Amino acid sequence: MNKNKEQLLNKRYRAERRFRLYGQSAIFMALLFLTIFIFKIFSTGYSAFQKTWLIVPVNFDAEMMMIDQNPSKEDLQDADYYDIALKSMADLDQNANDDQKNQLKRMVSYFFEKEIKNEILNDPSLIGKTKEVYLTASDDLDQVFKGNYPRDLPEDQRRVSDYQLKIFDQLVAKGKVESKFNISFFTYADSREAELAGIASSFMGSIFSILVCLMIAFPVAVLAAIYLEEFAPKNRFTDFIEVNINNLAAVPSIVFGLLGLGVLLAIFHLPRSTPLVGGITLSLMTLPTIIIAARASLKAVPPSIREAALAMGASRMQTTMHHTVPLSMPGTLSGTIIGLAQALGETAPLILIGMVAFVNTIPGSPMDPAASLPVQIYIWAESAERGFVEKVSACIMVLLGFLIIMNLFAQIIRHKFEKKWN
Amino acid sequence: MNLILFTFIVLLGFTSYYFGRRKAYTIQSSKKRLTALPQFYGYYLAIWCAIPAFIIFSLWAIFEPTIVKLLVLSDYSNQGYLDDELNLIYEKTKSLSRGQFTGEITPFIEASAEKYLSLRSIAQNSKAVIVLSIIIASVAYAYKRISSNSRTREPVEKFLNAVLFTASLAAILTTVGIVFSLIFQTIDFFKVIPLFDFVFGTHWYPAKAFVRDSSEALDPTMYSDTFGAVPIFAGTFFIALIAMCVAIPIGLMSGIYLAEYASSKVRQYAKPLIEILAGIPTVVYGFFAALTVGPFLKELGTSMGLEVSAESALAAGGVMGIMIIPFISSLSDDVITSVPQSLRDGSYAMGATKSETIKRVIFPAALPGIVGSILLGVSRAIGETMIVVMASGLAANLTFNPLESTSTITAQIVVILIGDQAFGDPKTQAAFALGMSLFLVTLCLNIVALRVVKKYREKYE
Repeated sequence: MNKNKEQLLNKRYRAERRFRLYGQSAIFMALLFLTIFIFKIFSTGYSAFQKTWLIVPVNFDAEMMMIDQNPSKEDLQDADYYDIALKSMADLDQNANDDQKNQLKRMVSYFFEKEIKNEILNDPSLIGKTKEVYLTASDDLDQVFKGNYPRDLPEDQRRVSDYQLKIFDQLVAKGKVESKFNISFFTYADSREAELAGIASSFMGSIFSILVCLMIAFPVAVLAAIYLEEFAPKNRFTDFIEVNINNLAAVPSIVFGLLGLGVLLAIFHLPRSTPLVGGITLSLMTLPTIIIAARASLKAVPPSIREAALAMGASRMQTTMHHTVPLSMPGTLSGTIIGLAQALGETAPLILIGMVAFVNTIPGSPMDPAASLPVQIYIWAESAERGFVEKVSACIMVLLGFLIIMNLFAQIIRHKFEKKWN
Repeated sequence: MNLILFTFIVLLGFTSYYFGRRKAYTIQSSKKRLTALPQFYGYYLAIWCAIPAFIIFSLWAIFEPTIVKLLVLSDYSNQGYLDDELNLIYEKTKSLSRGQFTGEITPFIEASAEKYLSLRSIAQNSKAVIVLSIIIASVAYAYKRISSNSRTREPVEKFLNAVLFTASLAAILTTVGIVFSLIFQTIDFFKVIPLFDFVFGTHWYPAKAFVRDSSEALDPTMYSDTFGAVPIFAGTFFIALIAMCVAIPIGLMSGIYLAEYASSKVRQYAKPLIEILAGIPTVVYGFFAALTVGPFLKELGTSMGLEVSAESALAAGGVMGIMIIPFISSLSDDVITSVPQSLRDGSYAMGATKSETIKRVIFPAALPGIVGSILLGVSRAIGETMIVVMASGLAANLTFNPLESTSTITAQIVVILIGDQAFGDPKTQAAFALGMSLFLVTLCLNIVALRVVKKYREKYE
């Protein structure tokens, strides 16, 4: 009998340990996912911050550029750089036939003409001389140099020919291939060519959308929260508003995209694909988040503050505007930043209002067509070219960086400025 | 022009604040008792200056284009043009008046363009005049009220109260806007496609409806068997089911562990780390699912001799599950922590172990709250878009094999609406009808979930 009891007890203790283990492994799994996730993004993305350059000798022959020996600035602007650019690439292999010359040309980006032009605009004395110029390598060679390209594939299955690889290896052996920090990733707009694609346009698009979103959502949400928390009578109508807010906070984001499409674009005829419409759509989405945060922080202000102000003869409006609202601001602001961080990562509603269009200019105002960082991730992720994979990861790193900064900022505001009431 | 007028009104508003306050000081210096603090005199005047002007200003902005259009097109009214043709003529007129017209210029259009320009300038000028006279009239009225030292705080506060109230209507307006934008397109859609075919049809192939000349009359037979939403609804719930199979055990167990077992130190670090998962944008999950998980599962399947699609429902659902873990874990953590300590103490006093207490006492007590958190998770899973768009298939297969690809409501909406949409096309309307069903389903889930959680909270408060 005693033995039985002990067995039973042991069984119960074993069950206890097992249950505990389940809990630990659940936490472990969740953290494991997070680690794999971050590791994967970083390991594929870090190489995008480097860019491969080919160093090619260019002969700035005045005759081929169709200018005279002492050209003016305008002459240099209008000169023909295509021929010398083509020739300097063809000269990499003296015995190249026409087809091979064509392949040589495709070893660099189609910006090579512009890169040569910039060189001579910076230093007009180069005319008639030969200088080694840095040219952006094509994205496939870029990937080859970074070791991301399977060179052992049969030739007809890869976009780099054996001939190009041979010449490229010769250049590498001569030390004429260099890898430098990829500034153009941050300064160029989107491009169909992976080696020239940058995040400048989508970055500006995101900034503009977030600003529009902040300018609409913040005032409206704070005013609404003040009304609901401080002035609203408790009746059916205010209950209805509350139910609405709580529901809106849980409505799928894509439905807001349909709202933007069906109302802002179809009825108000606002310009498509612009951060203006994107920002308005996002502001409707963040509105409930901010209202809920602002109400919580208004609620946290102790009634004694209000009573003290009222006792001094302040009106209810004065009490609220001069005392309660300023005291609630840290909580409201950190809630706002968290709401904006959510909006910054939102993709689906922006796709529906057309912010997914290919934009190769950097937008200068919220009325210009633009993409946004998450949409850029989507666009690049759908591209087949190998060069875009690392770009996507790098773009994700930039986006995550911003989200981390915003969240930290919200934490700091909350901890530094929020009063603790006891 | 509008911008100048706008700035002008704002500037006038600020100046009137200044003058109002100064008036209050002069009243004060004449030894009279003020009825309110001096700045209220300023606010009073500023409100009277700017608000009527802004109302006129915005009304004008709303109605001017319509009225100008009516007047311009009145020339064409008796010539038997269709509405579409009239709209086209009006667009031509506008672009000609902007000097951007490239087509053939007919005398008719030229005349209308001139008329359009003259109407616009009349409108602009009269707007400026009317706005300014309104400002003068209302400021004069308000100034008189101030001078006679009548009450200013009460009207100003009443006005502020009205502003606050209007702001609180924003949430209702958004809901109305959502319903409004969805319902008309949906009704139009069901005029062409019978509701029965949509709800019970088993073939979803909207691309078929796209191959059609827009001028052709709508031919209902063409759309039969094209917009049957069963495969999509099934796919949506199937992927959500896979997601919940990942999220519920992991989320619930981590919630329980964090609430009951974890030391405060573990809790301090593990909780925010898990919540990072909720802050990662969904497009990033989508990329992860499409690039890493999909191919990994395919390889794994091939090595075991299974046919796995690279865009399998399992990949999308699994990654979605990871995304939902933190929602379930933090909500159930909250719910479990709010179970009163007396219940635990009672159970321990009867000799129960910790896990027995959790399983037999705390879990049943917290069940409503946990169910609520799971329902919110399901609603997230159903409404999640980017993961499915990027990692799951876009063709709607009616299948319950997690290794094949399926499609969801959200993915289909994106597929249909990406790029240019023609309103009035059944395909576009179908997207709105899908959006409507998504909205209704998530709305029900949310309402039920929020009710359950609220009821539960009240029980232990």
